[in-house]
Amino acid sequence: MVNNSLILFAEAEAVYTDGGVLAEFSWLLVVLPFFAALLITFFGKYLPMKGAEVALLTIGSIFIYSVLLMYLHITQGIANEFFVNVGTIGQFDIEFGWVVDGLSIMMYFVVGTVALLVFIYATNYMQGEIRYTFFFTSLTLFAGSMLVLVSSPTLIQILIGWELVGVCSYLLIGHYWEKKDNSSAAMKAFITNKIADVGLMIGIIILALNTGTLRISEILYQATHDYDGITNVAFTAGILLFIGAMGKSAQFPLHVWLPDAMAGPTPVSALMHAATMVTAGVYLLARMFPFYQSIASEALDIVMLFGVITLLTAGLIAVVQDDLKKVLAYSTISQLGYMVAAIGSGAYTAALFHLWTHAFFKALLFLGAGSVIHAVHSNSMLEMGGLRKVMPKTFSTFIIGTVALAGLPPFAGFFSKDEILASFNHEGETTFFFIAVLGAFITAFYMTRAVSLTFLGEYRGHGHPHESDSMMTTPLIVLAVLAAGSGWVNIPGVYTGFTDWVTTRKTPIIEYHPESFDLFALGLGLTAGLIGIALGYYLYQLQGSAETGDSKIKVEPIWTVLENKYYIDDFYFKFIIDPIKINMAKAVDVFNTNVIDRFINSFGQIASFLGAIIYNNIDQNGIDKFLNMSSSGTDSFGGKVKLLQTGRTQQYLMLFLGGVVTISLLILFII
Amino acid sequence: MIVQPVLVVAAALFSLGIYGILVRRNAVMVLLSIELILNAVNINFIMFDTMLADTMMQGQIFTIFIITIAAAEVGIGLAIVLMLFRNRQTANINEFDLMKW
Amino acid sequence: MEIFEIVIYFILLGLISTAIRVVTTSNVIHAAISLVFTLALSAILFLILSAEFVALVLVLVYIGAVIVLFLFGIMITRAPLGKNAELDNDKNKKMGAAISGSIFLLFSYILINNFDGEVNIASGSSTELLGEILLTRFIFPFELVSFVLLAALIGGITLARKDEALIDKDQV
Repeated sequence: MVNNSLILFAEAEAVYTDGGVLAEFSWLLVVLPFFAALLITFFGKYLPMKGAEVALLTIGSIFIYSVLLMYLHITQGIANEFFVNVGTIGQFDIEFGWVVDGLSIMMYFVVGTVALLVFIYATNYMQGEIRYTFFFTSLTLFAGSMLVLVSSPTLIQILIGWELVGVCSYLLIGHYWEKKDNSSAAMKAFITNKIADVGLMIGIIILALNTGTLRISEILYQATHDYDGITNVAFTAGILLFIGAMGKSAQFPLHVWLPDAMAGPTPVSALMHAATMVTAGVYLLARMFPFYQSIASEALDIVMLFGVITLLTAGLIAVVQDDLKKVLAYSTISQLGYMVAAIGSGAYTAALFHLWTHAFFKALLFLGAGSVIHAVHSNSMLEMGGLRKVMPKTFSTFIIGTVALAGLPPFAGFFSKDEILASFNHEGETTFFFIAVLGAFITAFYMTRAVSLTFLGEYRGHGHPHESDSMMTTPLIVLAVLAAGSGWVNIPGVYTGFTDWVTTRKTPIIEYHPESFDLFALGLGLTAGLIGIALGYYLYQLQGSAETGDSKIKVEPIWTVLENKYYIDDFYFKFIIDPIKINMAKAVDVFNTNVIDRFINSFGQIASFLGAIIYNNIDQNGIDKFLNMSSSGTDSFGGKVKLLQTGRTQQYLMLFLGGVVTISLLILFII
Repeated sequence: MIVQPVLVVAAALFSLGIYGILVRRNAVMVLLSIELILNAVNINFIMFDTMLADTMMQGQIFTIFIITIAAAEVGIGLAIVLMLFRNRQTANINEFDLMKW
Repeated sequence: MEIFEIVIYFILLGLISTAIRVVTTSNVIHAAISLVFTLALSAILFLILSAEFVALVLVLVYIGAVIVLFLFGIMITRAPLGKNAELDNDKNKKMGAAISGSIFLLFSYILINNFDGEVNIASGSSTELLGEILLTRFIFPFELVSFVLLAALIGGITLARKDEALIDKDQV
């Protein structure tokens, strides 16, 4: 049945153009950041803004380029890909290149916009911080790596971009590596991602071996035309690719790195959790979506299951967090759960739409949180409160981000979340639908809690917080506009431009597009959001305790479980890391002392015995004597030869000419 | 017919120049001997030029270049000798042994 | 044997004898004057070999300028004028004679064995052609040589002038 609809769709040719010169030169998008990173590394310190201007200029031009591409795409629709062959391994052509189609242009735009605003914000936020120039090098590199990833037409380039993003995130999370916590957070992010990357790598290898190509478009073509090779491994490959996506997009149970990644500077968190890195997993799933949909639908069910689990569990943890950034971190995981679940349910556009809106309002929330933290010098919400009066700009923009995340109309989150709910409802996934509604309620609840603890009530901290610099508030205002308005590009029944943007691809996308609002889903989602806000306001504002601002209600034992994050970290430590560390270490120690050391010791004894013999006989009497003799010989010989060195040029010339004559005679008459 | 005698005389001039460089004590005399060597080369060049009847006249042109360079060399050489004389009060190159061990 | 060949043989004889005098005389002024004769004889040789421009340059540059320079050098360095037994380094004489002699034999051997030919003395002037070639094909070396001369000029002045201020500044 699925196949029938596929064939039907494939017959209807999608309308697109090749994009012309603008598409041909899109490689600039990818190359520029790397070039800029080199420039900053070598010359950054000598520039007046310590390298930030290079980063800003680069990301600004990327932004402008992406806007041009976006405009061209909206007006005529682009789908094209370019390849550069760099070599051959076995039967595989190793190709790099760049894709210019709806999906990647959308990602270029998101990355360009959010990165530009974050960079502007960071120039001020990081002022006077340690390793300022290096920070901008890695930040530029980070944006560049993400562009490598999203522009990639081959699986090999995806893998390279994937790893580059991982490395850059490691550098950025561990920016303050002098503190042990920060460096271990960076390590945790890197290792967790690495575990997932193994899945991705194996998945790529399986796909490549069974299709004979690394080009994504080729693989998708084979998948949608039911080639035998790829159909046989579809489920395995699908699951393995999803494991890769799980790591980057922080899906349960590999989400543990993301909250710890808050150790990095706030602009990094904003960039990492809005536009880059965490969207990589969703992007991969979206890029491979035709493959999943046509031949790996069982894998898609598992994707949906994990997405739904993630959205619920992460949302619940966010409720009990006291650290403002951690609330947002768990919120990010939860929203990523929405996206992944949407892809799992087959709602390609809905997932990308949520990615699109989420990028803006989550960047806004993170930057707002950064502004607050900058003012209060603390991450803990218990030391905040009442900031609406001193930081009006941050407060109003944060509120816009909150309602966008909570899903109130007409803000961006409303439309995207509604589309996800509607597609769950349409697919008949009743249980998941209600869990997602519950997730919407929880989202609204914890965001209300965060706003209430941070901005409402009375100030509980120390010092005198003040509004941030305009370099920091301007990005907030721009993002607030985007958070409010970015949802209007896809209103069912009114304007569905976004759907056309992201479905303009070489491989046609088949999915359900709601023609009008699903009133049942909409009503339920909106009600859940409103109840969440009302409850949050009631519990934390009207009934909250005055000293801490927190609610007096703590439901044991659920709160304890949530505060310990379901003991997942403890589980990992107890059953994976510690056994490896303790038992393995012990075993290695025993093996070391009993086998290796003994072997080496005996070897050493033999060696020292032999050495004594050699030293006494051969070394002292043989080699040393010879060396001493030769050195004293050289000395006395040199003492005699140096007499030739009279310093008189005529004598030198005479010797020289005598030598010339002798050699000439030799050459002429003897040789 | 006359090629070989001229070449041999040029070689003789060259050798005499070498002799002068090796034997003379006075630095100015050494420079004189160098001029002798350069002149020997000039004679060789002109002789070969005439013998080969080169249309590009490269022998003559090189001779002109050599004369020019020789003039420069004499200028610099005498300046150096003058400098040495000013510092050491002698132009006797036997006494210049700064490079001695 | 034509007349110019006889002339050439006489010139060669004169060349050798004056050159020997340059390196053996114990009077510095005589040495310089002998060099003038050597150069003048080679200029005559060049004239016969139809290289009149080179001959002219030789006379102008060498006899006119270089020799005067040498005489100045001799005067300034207060080399003893007149006969002077100290002029030669007697220790080097034998060795120098041996080396230069063997170089002469070596060169003569090589030259006689490898080069021979007829000489057609062209009548008429070659100067016009020479100038044309010098300023077309060899213009680049020509310019280069002018730079060398300029550098030598500056170098000579810098080395020889007695600039007390400069010396003081360098030493402090």
